[in-house]
Amino acid sequence: MRRRLMAIIRKEFIHIFRDWRTLLIIILMPILMIVLYGYAITLDMRNIVFGVIDDARTPDSRALVDAFAENGFFRTLPRDVRRNEMESLFMRRDVHMVLVIPEDFSADLTQNRSAVVQLIIDASDSNVGTFVGNYAEQVLGIYNQRMNHAVPALFEIAPRIFYNPDMNSTNFFVPGLVALILMLISALLTSIAITREKETGTMEQILVSPVHAREIVLGKVLPYVLLGLVNAALILLSAWILFDVPVRGSLALLGLLSLVYVFVALSFGLMISTVARTQLIAMFGTLMATILPTIMLSGFIFPIASMPELLRWIANVLPATYFLIIIRAIMLKGVGSAELWPQALILSGIGTLLLTAATRRFRMRLE
Amino acid sequence: MKPLVSVEHFSKSYGEIRAVRDLSFSVRRGELFGLIGPDGAGKTTTMRTLVTLLRPDEGTVTVDGMDVRKQLKAIRAITGYMPQRFSLYPDLSVEQNLRFFAELFSVPRNELTDRMQRLYRFSRLEEFSTRLAGRLSGGMKQKLALSCTLIHDPVLLVLDEPTTGVDPVSRSEFWEILRELREQGVTIVVSTPYMDEAMKCDRIVIMHSGVALAHGTPGELINSMRLPMYALDERDLVMNFSRIEAASGVRSVQSFGDSLHITTDEDIDEDRLSAALEQTLDRPVRLRRIAPSLEDVFIALIEQGTEHAE
Amino acid sequence: MQNDFAHEVANQRQTDPDLAVSARELTKRFGRFTAVDGISFDVRRGEIFGFLGANGAGKTTAIRMFCGLLPPTAGEAQVAGYDVRTQPRMIKQTIGYMSQKFSLYEDLTVAQNIEFYGGIYGLTRPQIEHKTGLLLDELNLRDRRDTLTQSLPLGWKQRLALSVSLLHDPSIIFLDEPTGGVDPISRRNFWRIIYEIADSGKTVFVTTHYMDEAEYCGRLSIMYQGRIIEIGTPGGLKEKYGLDTMQDIFVHLVGGDTRKEAKQ
Repeated sequence: MRRRLMAIIRKEFIHIFRDWRTLLIIILMPILMIVLYGYAITLDMRNIVFGVIDDARTPDSRALVDAFAENGFFRTLPRDVRRNEMESLFMRRDVHMVLVIPEDFSADLTQNRSAVVQLIIDASDSNVGTFVGNYAEQVLGIYNQRMNHAVPALFEIAPRIFYNPDMNSTNFFVPGLVALILMLISALLTSIAITREKETGTMEQILVSPVHAREIVLGKVLPYVLLGLVNAALILLSAWILFDVPVRGSLALLGLLSLVYVFVALSFGLMISTVARTQLIAMFGTLMATILPTIMLSGFIFPIASMPELLRWIANVLPATYFLIIIRAIMLKGVGSAELWPQALILSGIGTLLLTAATRRFRMRLE
Repeated sequence: MKPLVSVEHFSKSYGEIRAVRDLSFSVRRGELFGLIGPDGAGKTTTMRTLVTLLRPDEGTVTVDGMDVRKQLKAIRAITGYMPQRFSLYPDLSVEQNLRFFAELFSVPRNELTDRMQRLYRFSRLEEFSTRLAGRLSGGMKQKLALSCTLIHDPVLLVLDEPTTGVDPVSRSEFWEILRELREQGVTIVVSTPYMDEAMKCDRIVIMHSGVALAHGTPGELINSMRLPMYALDERDLVMNFSRIEAASGVRSVQSFGDSLHITTDEDIDEDRLSAALEQTLDRPVRLRRIAPSLEDVFIALIEQGTEHAE
Repeated sequence: MQNDFAHEVANQRQTDPDLAVSARELTKRFGRFTAVDGISFDVRRGEIFGFLGANGAGKTTAIRMFCGLLPPTAGEAQVAGYDVRTQPRMIKQTIGYMSQKFSLYEDLTVAQNIEFYGGIYGLTRPQIEHKTGLLLDELNLRDRRDTLTQSLPLGWKQRLALSVSLLHDPSIIFLDEPTGGVDPISRRNFWRIIYEIADSGKTVFVTTHYMDEAEYCGRLSIMYQGRIIEIGTPGGLKEKYGLDTMQDIFVHLVGGDTRKEAKQ
């Protein structure tokens, strides 16, 4: 048992290191992915262009416009907007919002009547619309306080935001990306490991030796565990360097649980590999089976609690679901093993199950 | 002594396709045994069944008394198998390939160097031991593949078309090696579509479309063909096929380079044939009696087989 | 000076309608490796010419040059009177090519394969339809018109592949190990067709590893390490070397030393 297993592992390492181009891709691709996705996927908005119809033309109204422009969220369209061109501005997506300040704006302010301004917001993307609205309200609040500092507030809400005080969505997404990329890369690695040998005919040659299915399967997984772990480390490192995502909890615990997760992903790839006949099928199968569910159903973007029941069921068997809980908890909340052992246990269970299934499915004959 | 390989009434189908039908033969210890036939004859199916990669649908197949259905591991341990396609790792070196298969078969470590030396001696691959297998020439690849199947000293060697696509020189070298192995007592089952290679086997079974047409030694099979054959050495007559075929007493005509080979009915002698041909072609012809080749036997057998089938 | 001479020879050759293939000092180098090393020979129209050699002897490279797929490093070659260096498109229009792998689309039907190849050789639709009908009759495949090519027996596939490579009525046909794996009856039938093709004035240029097949050729050459080391008729060569079979001659000439082969 030991000798044959070691022989397969050694051979697998020779394959890995002989083909240094592929090795380079395996190592660089995750980093590239995290850079691309990390910058592309964000719910924070900046530089929202807005137009102004200022009928008041007073220092007060100009102060209001400046209040919008002074934080990074909004940028003023550098010219006045006429009423009749508003629609075409929205249609050409030149502006996301138009601020209309009525003629008697300053008069109302000085006479302590409530001054009314109008915000017209493009809500064709409802998410964007809501964000723009929320930001605008904050700006107006600040402006109000500034103008009416004489009037003491009756009460003040002072929210404290936990774990992600900047409400920075990067901190939310990057751990998810780590989960996605690790799953994808690891599963791809093993999914072609066995199909390649089927295609080149070497599997036929190995099969006629007294080798056991479990030796082949284990011999294929173990070398890639190491590669997967290197990947995990590189991804976490780039997340930390590029996006300043903190790791509040124990790095060792994160490493250990990443190892478990990588093992699950590798076993999954191997499982596909025993079913698929060609490398191409194996790769497409892996892409389909990892990317979509991990993005849509694991809680990466959409909260699982708000999914329909059927999808919640699927979410409950996805390894990424559990790893997401783990990685977000460790990185953002600094949670330790005392709280995370159920997820760790479930992940190990899924991994063992997949590996057993792969061994069982592995055919010792050609039929 | 009991035969090493025994195949009795073996049949195997893939869905609708009946790859092998009711095949029976046995291979004695120390024999160089050939499965002869074109693509689709059922050679690969038979060989894969011998090495336990396929399960027989019907019939019994045993190797050294062990059933291929049940004693998978035990048969695999004493058998060396070389698939039709080159199936070593192209990105491993010659030596790494050899060592890998030695480990898979648990070759004792203290014997390994000795065995590798022996294999290097016949394959002359030692000076290329660090070359990647994918960079070897066709003939050397075949020899490396053979070496890998020999690393665990198998009792039975099963080789599926080992010389297909290999040049004539490497082919004759390869057969030289097979003969040496047989001298050393290894039992060899080899398949080939080529009749000149069939001639080098001790005994053969001729297969076509999943059915055994005949077995015996090549000599026996050639002698079993009673139909006389003649050669007509005139290139300009080559195009007169159909007219020659129509001449009385002629069974079949084959072109063969510069000459035509004519098979006649049993009761036709040379004089009668040349008379018939001269009449048909309206010119004198020079005939030469020749011995049939194994290929002629094969063709005759296939034609008989189809007659039976009809 | 020598160049001028070569040009003269070339021009002369273009006017000689009897030569199908003509090579003069044809050479191809890849970096420092010389795959084809100054080969010179002629093949006349209507000949069945066998092009033999060990693996890696340079046969494939030479054939690629004749088919206009690879420009030569040095030397000259004309195929059907066209220069391989300057007129590769004319050559492709004039030659047929069939390889071991048959280049048929297994997942297309018989008729679709014929249609496709007719199309890429620029046959018009009526021409294709006419040819398809002719071919199906000739091959006795009328009932199989809409059968997927993959379900044809190997011998039939081979004949279909040959017919397809003859669709555009080429004057020279290159056959690259055409008979691998087919049964002897199909093989002999195939050769009978090849004789018919040659008899109709087309030139047949065949490579093979199988020496019994070499016996079928009218004339043949043996290549070794990029050079042509022998050329002649099977009968002539047997006489010259006092050997009985082409196999013996080949082994005698190329020798049994793999070391040489491997070191190149």
